[in-house]
Amino acid sequence: MIKKIKFVIIILFFSFIFFVFFLGLDKPNSYLPKKNITEIDTSLVFKNLYDQKEIVLGELISKNSFSIVNIWASWCLPCRDEHEYLLKLKNLNKINVIGINYKDKKSNAAKFLLDLGNPYHEVLIDLDGTKSIEFGAIGVPETYLINNKIIVKKYIGPLDQSKLKDIIEIIKNEKN
Amino acid sequence: MSNQIGNYSLYIALFSSFFLLFHSSYSIRNKSKSLDSKIFSALSVQTFMVLISFFSLIYAFVVSDFSNVTVYNNSHTTKPLFYKISGSWGNHEGSLLLWLLVLTIFLFIFFISSKNLSNKYRIITVLFQELIIIGFLLFILFTSNPFLNLFPIPKEGTGLNPILQDPALAIHPPILYIGYVGTSIIFSSSLAALVCGMVNKIWAQHIKKWIITSWIFLTIGILLGSIWAYYELGWGGFWFWDPVENVSLMPWFCLTALLHTIIVLEKRNIYQSWTIILSIATFSLSMGGTFLVRSGILNSIHTFANDPSRGIFILCFLFLLVLLAIFIFFIFQKKLFKNLVKPLLVSKETAIIVNNWFMMFFLSVVLIGTVYPIFLEVISGSKISIGPPFYQKLMIPFLVPFLLFMALGPKLKWIKDNLGKVNLNQIIPFILSIVISYLIVKLFGISYLFILPLFAVGFFLLFSTIKDFFSKNSSLPQKISHFAFSLFILSILFNGIFAKEFSSNMKVGDERKFINKVIKFENLKIIEKDNYKSLMASFKISDEKRSINLNPEVRVYNQPRTLTSEAAINSTIYSDNFLVFNVIKDDGYYNVRYQYKPLMMWIWFSIILLSVGGILSYLKKND
Repeated sequence: MIKKIKFVIIILFFSFIFFVFFLGLDKPNSYLPKKNITEIDTSLVFKNLYDQKEIVLGELISKNSFSIVNIWASWCLPCRDEHEYLLKLKNLNKINVIGINYKDKKSNAAKFLLDLGNPYHEVLIDLDGTKSIEFGAIGVPETYLINNKIIVKKYIGPLDQSKLKDIIEIIKNEKN
Repeated sequence: MSNQIGNYSLYIALFSSFFLLFHSSYSIRNKSKSLDSKIFSALSVQTFMVLISFFSLIYAFVVSDFSNVTVYNNSHTTKPLFYKISGSWGNHEGSLLLWLLVLTIFLFIFFISSKNLSNKYRIITVLFQELIIIGFLLFILFTSNPFLNLFPIPKEGTGLNPILQDPALAIHPPILYIGYVGTSIIFSSSLAALVCGMVNKIWAQHIKKWIITSWIFLTIGILLGSIWAYYELGWGGFWFWDPVENVSLMPWFCLTALLHTIIVLEKRNIYQSWTIILSIATFSLSMGGTFLVRSGILNSIHTFANDPSRGIFILCFLFLLVLLAIFIFFIFQKKLFKNLVKPLLVSKETAIIVNNWFMMFFLSVVLIGTVYPIFLEVISGSKISIGPPFYQKLMIPFLVPFLLFMALGPKLKWIKDNLGKVNLNQIIPFILSIVISYLIVKLFGISYLFILPLFAVGFFLLFSTIKDFFSKNSSLPQKISHFAFSLFILSILFNGIFAKEFSSNMKVGDERKFINKVIKFENLKIIEKDNYKSLMASFKISDEKRSINLNPEVRVYNQPRTLTSEAAINSTIYSDNFLVFNVIKDDGYYNVRYQYKPLMMWIWFSIILLSVGGILSYLKKND
């Protein structure tokens, strides 16, 4: 009898794991969240990388236009790859690019931007990574396209040519 | 042409698999003894066909046959021959073909090397193994076929990822795969032994060789991957708790536990259930690892192909195998308990069980750290990120008693021992190691809580294993491996505590002071190579006693256009000097990062020594 119960429990346990993984596979890597949980918390307070001044996120997000929030770190290799695309985004001059520096040394972060160029209009620090979690981030790099507090789209992993095109198209369509 | 050959040989291999499946189940039912030859020939055909298909893929890579999609995606005419060849298994499709090749070759070797065991057992092992082979063949043929045609034929390929163009990485996958796939033989044969009711000393002696082989390859495979991360990724570390690294570590814990359990089974004929469950778990973890890595369910720096249909296939396949294993275990479990002896508390048997529980604990920590984020996201939608602090905080406190047991356990005798014999000989090293650790901690002003006990037990293990070399009561391979492990722990501790880092922007001719060293940027030259252009810098690092030259590079690969930094590493037995530089802008300044890493060589060396222990135990005659 005990043997049977054990057997059933083990089978149920593995089936549970199976279904969790099965559902997990369905999760796409970039997605449109539901409308009502797409709002970012504008009351989050960050320190600026360079002068350590405290800034409320809401003040930085452009009203009635698009902003980009990019979570990055100097130790993250894919961040180097996506850097050129961020620079291109900044050069569009139509969009406000905010960088959140994730779990990084300040000197390394500043050096990274000095070396590769600064694609951000504002660089904020998230020293222990907790603020990025409130953002819904799971790692670096991640990029959020935000329109007036609302997350329009979230890109997990480094930006590339196709993601850049996607961002530019979304902005264009909204404007029209 | 090679495309067709490769493809059709896989179909023939699939056909032989089905033949073997039906034929072996038929011959088990009929209990006939003369069918060996048919199974043998079918196995030979299958191995040969997979071999042909593998070589036709290599051939396509060597001659740069871009009518093959895999070659087009992963190669280029200007690649050196060595990387063309290694490129054939450096991608998803090719690596699965390699996996299949090792599977079939191993089964073949198993079949011809197990002639002295009962026919029924051999045939049932073949049956289980063929189930796995069929799964992989279907997976390759229908979701990741390496022999797809491309038309019109392009003139040039899109290249091999340059960070994969590294000798350590070229041989890392095959070695690791041999380790992984070896666990499949252990899985099949332990299920077969269970069915035949022969989980006993004789079987243990036979399967021990396979366990040791897999363990050696898995250990060396993990080591090579780690060396690659150290040299090529240029982060200056050797383990990052990256999910893909963890996935290779989990079966290692299981296999290490199995390695110890099988010795008890061989010597004392107990712990049958442990052996069977560990065999099943080791293989499931290897397969589960493949699933996690290949399905794209994990986000990791090692990004492989992201294809959910592949994930679903491996997941269903793995689930079926696990279900099969559980069913068989529960049905045939009663055959196990015939000669159950309860081990006494103070004995080598108990010590090995303690070791197993520690292994299971470390395994669970790594498993939870790797899998929990996925579960949490699926169930609650929230996302978390688990990093090195999680693993360190959970594992370090448990390393202390673990190392202590590791020092004391091998001294115990089989069956029964008493603790009364603790004498001066054992107390002296213990006190000595506490004193040494206290001095280290005091001298260097280290304040971290667990450093003192960790150093103490690390040294204690070191001293007691050294002392063991002079006594006769345990086997040489065990002494070497345990000694190597103590070296490993101590090197990691020293390395972690005394590493130093310097970083600055410099131009040619600059000098910087760092602690007691002077770093000088001497010159810079451009070198043209076949498949890349290299900026080679020359640095001189000198202190009072000596000076060393380091030549780091920045490489511009042409296909695809990628920049990589090659760290310059000067390794001595005392320390590594690690220097890497990056191009900033065109103003003549370069970003220079210099790291001083003590005892780095000893980390690699101790792991090699650990596997030497394994190799010796493989070569040792059964006593």
